[in-house]
Amino acid sequence: MASVASSTTAPGFREKARRWAAGFRERETWAAYAFLAPWLIGFVIFTAIPMGWSAWLSLTDYSVIQDAKYVGLDNYRFMLDDPKVRLALTNNLTFAMFSVPGVLIVALGLAMILNRVKWGGGFFRTVFYLPNITPPVAVAILYLLLFNGSVGVVNRGLELIHVPGPFWTTDPTWIKPGLALMNVWSVGGTMVIFLAALKSVPPHLYEAAAIDGASAWRRFRDITLPMISPAIFFNLIIQTIYAFTLFAEAYTAFFGAGTKSNQTEAALFYGIYIFQEAFVNFRMGYASALAWLLFVIIMVITAVQVKVGNRFVFYEGDRR
Amino acid sequence: MSEVSPDVQVQARQGAIAAAAPKPPRRSLPRPNRSWFGQGIFLFVLAGLSVLFVYPFVWVLSASFKPQSQVFDNRIIPKDFHPENYWGGDPSVFDIADAPVARWLFNSLWLGGLEALLVTFVSAIVAFAFAYFRFPGRNFFFGLVLATLMLPNQVMMIPRYLIFNHFNLVNTQYPLWVPGIFGSAFYIFLQRQFFLGIPRELFEAARIDGDNYWTMFWRIALPIAKPALIVTFLFEFQAKWFDLLDPLIYLRDTNLFTLPLGLKTILDSFGTGGGGQGDWQVIVAATVIATIPMIILFGFFQRYFVQGIAAQGRKG
Repeated sequence: MASVASSTTAPGFREKARRWAAGFRERETWAAYAFLAPWLIGFVIFTAIPMGWSAWLSLTDYSVIQDAKYVGLDNYRFMLDDPKVRLALTNNLTFAMFSVPGVLIVALGLAMILNRVKWGGGFFRTVFYLPNITPPVAVAILYLLLFNGSVGVVNRGLELIHVPGPFWTTDPTWIKPGLALMNVWSVGGTMVIFLAALKSVPPHLYEAAAIDGASAWRRFRDITLPMISPAIFFNLIIQTIYAFTLFAEAYTAFFGAGTKSNQTEAALFYGIYIFQEAFVNFRMGYASALAWLLFVIIMVITAVQVKVGNRFVFYEGDRR
Repeated sequence: MSEVSPDVQVQARQGAIAAAAPKPPRRSLPRPNRSWFGQGIFLFVLAGLSVLFVYPFVWVLSASFKPQSQVFDNRIIPKDFHPENYWGGDPSVFDIADAPVARWLFNSLWLGGLEALLVTFVSAIVAFAFAYFRFPGRNFFFGLVLATLMLPNQVMMIPRYLIFNHFNLVNTQYPLWVPGIFGSAFYIFLQRQFFLGIPRELFEAARIDGDNYWTMFWRIALPIAKPALIVTFLFEFQAKWFDLLDPLIYLRDTNLFTLPLGLKTILDSFGTGGGGQGDWQVIVAATVIATIPMIILFGFFQRYFVQGIAAQGRKG
């Protein structure tokens, strides 16, 4: 990638350093750093120090009350055999398998209809966006009420078409599909991103394809999909990260007072496990190690998606 | 990751400008289907789907006006109208011992408002520096801003707690707004794109007129950037309004709670799970209270919400 800074012909290192130092004789430089100061201070206090501290804590045994005790890589070794780590990651993965495709497909479908409708597009866009401005705790409560196995309206609806509904909120097998369905309700933001992408596809492409007699499916596959692939890619990454950092909805619905163990196992997502280890059991060292594992997992998943995505994503203006 | 290709920059800049400029929406493309039949089907499908999206809101609003025994009767109009769930009944949302709902509402409003104001203003200062000034270290520090976007909250949450704990600030509301003083990487990025769209000549002219760096920012850049500032404020306010994790970590006294944590507390003490009586009508009324303020805010600023989201996507 071409960088902005390297537009001049490459000077030697010493020349560069000299110019760099000379910059500090300019008033503009000092003004700039004065403007940057709040962020720089904040970066040190709330990012750099916490990162270093967290990395160190992950090598210790620390309960806040007693001093941290260095234990080397024990936390990381313990993680490999911790059945709850495996359980939580499986839960996140299962949720992601339902939620990510569900959200992407529904959002794209809605956006495509909205993009072609003549009247009422703005109204329906608002309606579909409303769940996105609903607090996650409220969404979780709605989930508990609507998906309730015996009195919930979802199962009442299924009864109408003679499908016996499962006990969504208590049966461990149905907890994650239910949560994913509730998450699909909040497709509004993803849909708006798709809609913006669809609106920026140049119409002459469709006109040309229509002249060539391309079918609707061909136009979708060969024009729409490639042209909006950056948006698909963006939403895919955002949704996947969301699925792996899920916290508020699952915590509200299944944790806190009066939780039952078979449910808490099925709803023990990784973010909740970190929270419990850190702030319920006060195992700060182990929780830090867990958090770094999450960081690595997210980086790996994103890297794989970028790698695969580069093969399919079409950026307008790129020559390839 | 630190270097952004010019292509992406241009795209992002266009996105930010589009998000900002309150111009009439572009004609939707491809051109709307002209056949009445096709349009009819689309509208029919959209109307059907809208019911699915709106129904939970209607259900919860209606249930909040029903007596306990009728909460799950799925009627849209309550059989017995029972506003005592909000006020004057036993129990009613605004009159629960140990659950000062009005207080929580107020806490959420002022904490969210203050934090979002700070983040908006400080991020603008920093973003302006990255957009306008030429100085050694600019690319390095901007790369650092982008890099912090990749860090998940989970890694920071424990040491941040320990820092606040060290200064005896746990069980106070300071941890919820003090970090706002230092701006926020995502909005610095968003606003920088916006400032880059302002022609440099405007600043050069101002400098000749005797403006200094600060007045250039204050008098020229800020007013032009108003739409980007509004988007920042709204998004950050919403994030605070939604947040359960930080209040859960830092707050112990019920008087200090924000609405999400309060709502969770009500769910735990009135729901059947936590040994309560299953007073769902109260839980539902509290849910309505937590939901309505954002809907009002959205009603006033819908355009900014939608265009802000769309601009994020365009950076993809």
